[in-house]
Amino acid sequence: MKVLVPVKRVIDANIKVRVKADNSGVETNNVKMAMNPFCEIAVEEAVRMKEAGTAEEVIAVTAGPTQCQESLRTALAMGADRAIMIETDEVLEPLGVAKLLKAVVDNEGPGLVIMGKQAIDGDNNQTGQMLSALLGWSQGAFVSKIETAGDNLNIVREVDAGLQSLTLKMPAVVTVDLRLNEPRYASLPNIMKAKKKPMDMTTPADLGVDVSPRVNVISVNEPPAREAGVIVPDVATLVDKLRNEAKVIS
Amino acid sequence: MSILVLAEHDNETLASATFNTVAAASQLSGDIEILVAGSGTSGVAEAAARIPGVAKVLNADSAEYGNDIAENIAPLIVQLAPNYSHVLAAATTFGKNVMPRASALLDVQQVSEITSVESDDTFIRPIYAGNAMATVQSTDAIKMVTVRMTSFEAVADEGGSASIEAVSATGDVGLSAFVSQEVSVSDRPELTTARIVISGGRGMKSGDNFPLIESVADKLNAAVGASRAAVDAGYVSNDFQVGQTGKVVAPDLYIAVGISGAIQHLAGMKDSKVIVAINNDEEAPIFQVADYGLVADLFDAVPALDAELG
Ligand SMILES: Cc1cc2nc3c(=O)[nH]c(=O)nc-3n(C[C@H](O)[C@H](O)[C@H](O)COP(=O)(O)OP(=O)(O)OC[C@H]3O[C@@H](n4cnc5c(N)ncnc54)[C@H](O)[C@@H]3O)c2cc1C
Ligand SMILES: Nc1ncnc2c1ncn2[C@@H]1O[C@H](COP(=O)(O)O)[C@@H](O)[C@H]1O
Repeated sequence: MKVLVPVKRVIDANIKVRVKADNSGVETNNVKMAMNPFCEIAVEEAVRMKEAGTAEEVIAVTAGPTQCQESLRTALAMGADRAIMIETDEVLEPLGVAKLLKAVVDNEGPGLVIMGKQAIDGDNNQTGQMLSALLGWSQGAFVSKIETAGDNLNIVREVDAGLQSLTLKMPAVVTVDLRLNEPRYASLPNIMKAKKKPMDMTTPADLGVDVSPRVNVISVNEPPAREAGVIVPDVATLVDKLRNEAKVIS
Repeated sequence: MSILVLAEHDNETLASATFNTVAAASQLSGDIEILVAGSGTSGVAEAAARIPGVAKVLNADSAEYGNDIAENIAPLIVQLAPNYSHVLAAATTFGKNVMPRASALLDVQQVSEITSVESDDTFIRPIYAGNAMATVQSTDAIKMVTVRMTSFEAVADEGGSASIEAVSATGDVGLSAFVSQEVSVSDRPELTTARIVISGGRGMKSGDNFPLIESVADKLNAAVGASRAAVDAGYVSNDFQVGQTGKVVAPDLYIAVGISGAIQHLAGMKDSKVIVAINNDEEAPIFQVADYGLVADLFDAVPALDAELG
């Protein structure tokens, strides 16, 4: 079975993002970028499936500007076998990405797509569910456990009420949650090896997909700031303030 | 045209999230109809019909809708959606699972987790863990939208008398099968609707220490939450997690105990009215958002707080 892993390059999770002065978006110039943390977990899971013999080949794919190749190289260094770069400078939305990924799935015929539940830039949490819909495949969203069982996939999903277990018919799309695994760091020799692994280049036009945006971003603004608070000396003062100043407890 | 609200429920009780979603819908122009898809849901449909301002309840009652399987519910939404200008659901794990699937089938770019309705096609939503707020305008014919519960005050649950109409089921597509659900049971208020929340982080050191904050929670009738670090370390289960990728809460009072205040945690609680932080590191970023900060060892401060509350 081939496993396809879509990955996204985003601003590093440890960076405090800043809104651009003209309110057109957030500052990305000279800002540290990294693979979306959920995508790292997806790559890790696919590589573990290969190591366990349940997957034969792991293919990483991304869509975006040229620099996104960095994330593909990271995926290759973590153990993916080859990569597909869909190059475009268009602003991509989840529906457009899902259509691009569907075209790649149609070409490659993977038995499983493992991807992040959410990209931490747009916080959309849509692409996997959309891809699954376009393919007419089964869907496992927010997964914290994956087990292959013949033609089925047994998964555990993190839901608001607790945990839900489902059996998915393969082929399937799963989107991963934080607790699925702990992604490995790529070793230096593996980073070197990754440079020689194959990377196919394609474009939305080659794939026959129209990715024109459907949602106009009118402006991007700073969230309202909280007013500075006070440090209280002890628990008695804290309780007194909560009772008599903030009046949030009785 | 009308607005369709996808109800959230467990086949028995209408979830609070639905009342917040109706509140968002009431800021749009058009009648509000509620879709209750489930199995054995006549009680839920009746509860939905009692919400003031709701014009009609559509009840699709069939076994294949009983376990929130997205592959089964999405086709139902797809069949109904062309009659509506908007389809709204709560940005809960239920809404986040089902709505994008339906949106893709309708060839619509969903707008996720709005915090404000600016007009019928324009919404505000947080991006980058709430470090920026984007004002976005949907150009699709049908607006598919998920709603952040804490940003819309729940509508009343009594006073209306909408008609209930049965909708024929779309069938089991046979892709995913429900196996089981592990539901955390607790006598405390629900995390996302509680008036007071007290959360523990890695500073709690062990799940065995959570009774310290649970005791305070019981005195304040509060819900208990946690940081990702506390959940990852296994102190408490996943449904306690507050943050960018967990639950978003906005109670009157949020007490963060042994939580550093990483941006991803703040994303889930910084809209709380009053924030208290208890942390022994005076440099901890949580103090930058706290109204009242207490620099102390939590193992002294929390029992003292418990005692002070009587
Ligand atoms: C993609 C992504 C998504 C994430 N999503 C979330 C999310 O949804 N929610 C979330 O919470 N995090 C999330 N995180 C993780 C987040 O970045 C932090 O790692 C996490 O919030 C840290 O948890 P913590 O504050 O409990 O632990 P730490 O950062 O380790 O802080 C522990 C705090 O406890 C204090 N402390 C220790 N001992 C004591 C004591 N005896 N008395 C008083 N204070 C004490 C310390 O001073 C410290 O400030 C996410 C991260 C990523 C990359
Ligand atoms: N441009 C992209 N290229 C490849 N994969 C993507 C892209 N955007 C999103 N994804 C995948 O979709 C997941 C969810 O993203 P989102 O729906 O944007 O929150 C990510 O974790 C990726 O796995």
